[in-house]
Amino acid sequence: MAEFSEISKKEIEEILNHYPTKQAALLPVLWVAQEQFGWISEGVMDLVAQTLDISPAHVYGVVTFYTMYYRKPVGRCHIQVCRTLPCALMGAESILEHLEKKLGIKEGETTPDGQFTLSTVECLASCGTAPMLRLNEEYRENLTPEKIDQLLAALK
Amino acid sequence: MDYVLTKNFNVPEAYRIDVYERTGGYQSLKRLFTMKPVDVIEEVKSSGLRGRGGAGFSAGLKWSFIPKDGKKNVYLCVNADESEPGTFKDRSLLELDPHRLVEGVIIAAYAIGAKTAYIYIRGEFDLPHTRIKAAVAEAYQKGYLGESILQSGFGLNLYVHRGAGAYICGEETGLIESLEGKRGYPRIKPPFPAIQGLFQSPTIVNNVETLSVLPYILMVGANAYRAIGTEKSTGTKLFSVSGPVQRPGVYEVPMGTPLRHFLQEQAGGMLPGKVLKAVIPGGSSMPVLNAQEVEEVNLDYESMASKGSMLGSGGVIVIPEDYCMVKALANLGRFYAHESCGQCSPCREGTGWAAKVLARLEAGKGEAGDIDLLLDIGRKMTGATICVLADSLAMPMASFIKKFRPEFEEHLTLKKCPKG
Repeated sequence: MAEFSEISKKEIEEILNHYPTKQAALLPVLWVAQEQFGWISEGVMDLVAQTLDISPAHVYGVVTFYTMYYRKPVGRCHIQVCRTLPCALMGAESILEHLEKKLGIKEGETTPDGQFTLSTVECLASCGTAPMLRLNEEYRENLTPEKIDQLLAALK
Repeated sequence: MDYVLTKNFNVPEAYRIDVYERTGGYQSLKRLFTMKPVDVIEEVKSSGLRGRGGAGFSAGLKWSFIPKDGKKNVYLCVNADESEPGTFKDRSLLELDPHRLVEGVIIAAYAIGAKTAYIYIRGEFDLPHTRIKAAVAEAYQKGYLGESILQSGFGLNLYVHRGAGAYICGEETGLIESLEGKRGYPRIKPPFPAIQGLFQSPTIVNNVETLSVLPYILMVGANAYRAIGTEKSTGTKLFSVSGPVQRPGVYEVPMGTPLRHFLQEQAGGMLPGKVLKAVIPGGSSMPVLNAQEVEEVNLDYESMASKGSMLGSGGVIVIPEDYCMVKALANLGRFYAHESCGQCSPCREGTGWAAKVLARLEAGKGEAGDIDLLLDIGRKMTGATICVLADSLAMPMASFIKKFRPEFEEHLTLKKCPKG
């Protein structure tokens, strides 16, 4: 069974200080788990449930409700293209098409070498700098096909 | 005009506490701790400040619903789950001036008697999360948070809680559920959070912008704040403008500013070759305005209502003449279907059904009667659910079809999108 590292255990201990119930720490503890394991497998859900004295079913329900907990491994570079109206008005569709062509994968897929995962996401509150994407934990804004080429070249 | 919210946006590194203090930051606390909490509530009530998250409810009045018996812990939650398409003002406040929010949190917590406050920030906000966490840590270090702030005897713990990707957690009871470690299912009201909210205790949920206004009100007084804006929509408001305009971005203007003036002066007009066709004035949930209405309406709650729309979150989305309205609405249909939490059948089925019909209509595969079918779905979704997510699609849907019906009909007759 999966185990939390000493660093994760310390973080969880600290997190629990801030809530009157253990269950309230579920979202932050899932973040710690995803940081350590890269994604949330059923084994990790069991571990989180045990750590917080809540049922695995509850943890499963929560993990599947939120889009940011990964239920399968993702590439080292996770590219998330915003497709909601303000970005769509500024050409998000062609940005996505360009990325699909360049990476040779479709939205929702990962390259065979595990380098890139390409996703679409809903509004990331960056509408004034559309079209945009989120690369791992960073926003890339005011995109053009040329900027995408430069970005991919730097990441390969 | 005094800038209430954006005065530090051009001050380099205003997110650092020493820089913020140099601009007069945390000065309002001196006055705060000479006042009784009930007087703070009265001052904010009298300022006319209305919640900036979208609903526009009087902030002071909302606070006054907290029971005064002191039997239970009181909680303050900061709604930093900014997810309404077209809205990106809170992100700017969190990135550029996070201490203004912390100062506002202290004021609100003191007013309602909260000793614990949480900032619920959306999971995708990376830089804003880093900035607000650092700001909170700095504020603790300087004694603005923790036990007995500035030797006042009033103590406050503030903690940043990161969401994980769900639009519905911006709804205040969805946010509370999420903070308790559950799916973000909105709760049936009553009981309202002020009576029974987080951990079954009295709770106030306030938007980032609302709280960020408070230091100014404390510093200059309610009357000076009221002097800005209109009689019923007081003060300034942040508007975030997107679409093919010259200068998209976040701007602070007095309430009551004519929309056409805002689009020209702040947004700089349309990009070359683009002609304005429509504007969604307050985030994607609000009824759309046509070009004629854009000429006539002002940026305040009452003027928007007179045109059948709403000020909402202040997310101004500009749609150009060459963009298909069916495509625009289909995009929103998909968004709301994706974000419906699934609790209530009229919303779960209604948004999904509308999204499917809109997608086929846009693809030129619509069937006779589809347009009226959409209107019928919208009517049946409205007011039939625990929260207003269903209405948030029904409202744009009804207004898009009412104001741009020929574009929808063209898709049926041509069996394709005329704009390709």
